[in-house]
Amino acid sequence: MTDVVATNQTILVVGGGISGMTAAIEAAECGKQVVLVEKSPTLGGRTALLYRYFPKLCHPTCGLEINLRRIKSSRNIRVLTLAEVSAISGKRGDYSATIKIAPRYVNEHCTACGACADAVAAEVPNPFNYGLSKMKAAYLPHVMAYPQRYVLDASLIGTPEADKAKASCKYGAIDLAMQPETIEVRAGAVIWATGWQPYDAAKIQPYGYDRFANVITSLEFERLADPHGPTGGKILRPSDGKEAKNVAFIQCAGSRDENHLRHCSRICCMASLKQTQYVKEAWGAGAKSTVYYIDIRAIDRFEDFYQKVQNDPTVSFLKSKVAKVTQDKSGDVVLHGVDTEGYHRYANAHDMAVLAIGMQPSVAGVDIPAEIIADSSGFIESSAAESGFFGAGCATNALDVNRAVQSSTAAALRAIQVINQVARAEA
Amino acid sequence: MGDLNTQMLDKYRNNFLHEVEEKVDDGHWVKMCMQCGVCAGSCTFGPDWEHTPQKIFMMIRAGKREEVLSSHSMWLCTSCYNCMVRCPRELPITHIMHGLASYAHRLGLAPKNQPTRDFSLIFWDNCTKTGRVNELRMTISVYFREGIVSGIKKMWTLRNVGRGLFFAKRLNPLELFVSHGCKDKDGLRRALKKADEIEARRRGYAVQPRGYSS
Repeated sequence: MTDVVATNQTILVVGGGISGMTAAIEAAECGKQVVLVEKSPTLGGRTALLYRYFPKLCHPTCGLEINLRRIKSSRNIRVLTLAEVSAISGKRGDYSATIKIAPRYVNEHCTACGACADAVAAEVPNPFNYGLSKMKAAYLPHVMAYPQRYVLDASLIGTPEADKAKASCKYGAIDLAMQPETIEVRAGAVIWATGWQPYDAAKIQPYGYDRFANVITSLEFERLADPHGPTGGKILRPSDGKEAKNVAFIQCAGSRDENHLRHCSRICCMASLKQTQYVKEAWGAGAKSTVYYIDIRAIDRFEDFYQKVQNDPTVSFLKSKVAKVTQDKSGDVVLHGVDTEGYHRYANAHDMAVLAIGMQPSVAGVDIPAEIIADSSGFIESSAAESGFFGAGCATNALDVNRAVQSSTAAALRAIQVINQVARAEA
Repeated sequence: MGDLNTQMLDKYRNNFLHEVEEKVDDGHWVKMCMQCGVCAGSCTFGPDWEHTPQKIFMMIRAGKREEVLSSHSMWLCTSCYNCMVRCPRELPITHIMHGLASYAHRLGLAPKNQPTRDFSLIFWDNCTKTGRVNELRMTISVYFREGIVSGIKKMWTLRNVGRGLFFAKRLNPLELFVSHGCKDKDGLRRALKKADEIEARRRGYAVQPRGYSS
């Protein structure tokens, strides 16, 4: 049985991405007890899957490493991975959450040596590369994974492969009899850091994401550029592995569109500007990036970065929302539309098109308990005045990492106030 | 009709966007366009017309009244609704295009001999007379629009289609003399008159109801 000590002075943080980690750390470092619940096998969320941050183009590894160290050194945080909140009841200062924990089939004896992965032949699509590659069915999610512990994919269980994995482990870390568990956790306040997911690109029918291999999302592009990604950091297009030197970036793919997401996802302009620099980094003067945009929204201090990219000879900008994408015989994608500066009709061929895909909340607003007030896009807007629920990070809005962290610190402070009230009342 | 144009010019001076908002069906949507270009890029007409919806909306804002109202583009719209379903701001683009065409016609600024416009007028006259479309008379009016010789040529080209329709009982030669019609022709006329009055009131036309023939 997973043993979790929690009282009505505990803060429950739902979601272990950069926002949930931040909220948990901030609260824990203020001396509060925190239970951090993450549904995937590792903390880090989507941030861990980025190649670089904008605007300084540093690696997410850096910030994550600091935060993971803070988590490891704190005695106040209990991390539950593969765990999901399935129900929650009670009121501010006295909640009770039902948490379902899926079996990992690997216990705390694991040293992440990798012998089980070597022993197993079966492969599954790698969600940490957005399905661009396959991984062994006994896997460590990624190099930054926390806990640094392998996972056996549920599809292995009951097959001879699982026994091979078990036999290969010198430390007795593999426990094939592990069962799903359901536990009750008490909490005085709950921080919902449930994060975001990319909008389903296939729904933008004219862009052909589901028909053309060389139309990918900006998240997949991050993986292509990452040395730990499916191509080892080489920007190769998916259809034939050709070097993608002439890359188109299509802005507002799903965002600012009443037919898809009505909000501006805010990060995608900066993300594409950043990604033009990946292309340049890979191919130097031979790189060619074209950004198709309605207007560039490089928020506040990022305008500098925009100007820098504008001055980059490898990057050009075309003011137009692309109307349609087709594919020619060579596998190149052809972007069709009319540009707004002069109304010229174009049909431009590129090696690959990257959709700057919009952000939507991972958990739809309607699925969050009634105390939460969601906006028309499903983001958490606020909660009722007498509530102990607080939104943090991308669950509340389309935010970049920097703003998500700010939002989470704010949420932690609100939760701490609730706990302090509870503590005073009981003293 | 020319004097209505003068009146409107006087009333709105240089504010064509305001004029469109008040006088054109769904014209108040024009200001919502963010000039993304998806309508222009999605149009089935592609490069075959001069002013795409995106361009027309910008021209309205720029006050290019004469160019917009005398444009052929609105008349070329086939109502495929591609632009409308894709518009990220849900502008009823097709409806605005038709509204502009209708307004241009009312002001007498619509292009002369525009085939779609001619067809629309013939169709309207034809069907409002009896409440039913007399296809034979309408076809003849459309074919002979450009003169007797071209009319005969067109009929000759399509003679087999005509014969087929006749044997399939889809074309009655007697319709040339007697039109079939709806039961309450007077009621229909009253309804149309009422509609004209309502429209004139709503749009602020003091003048007589719209004449559909130019």
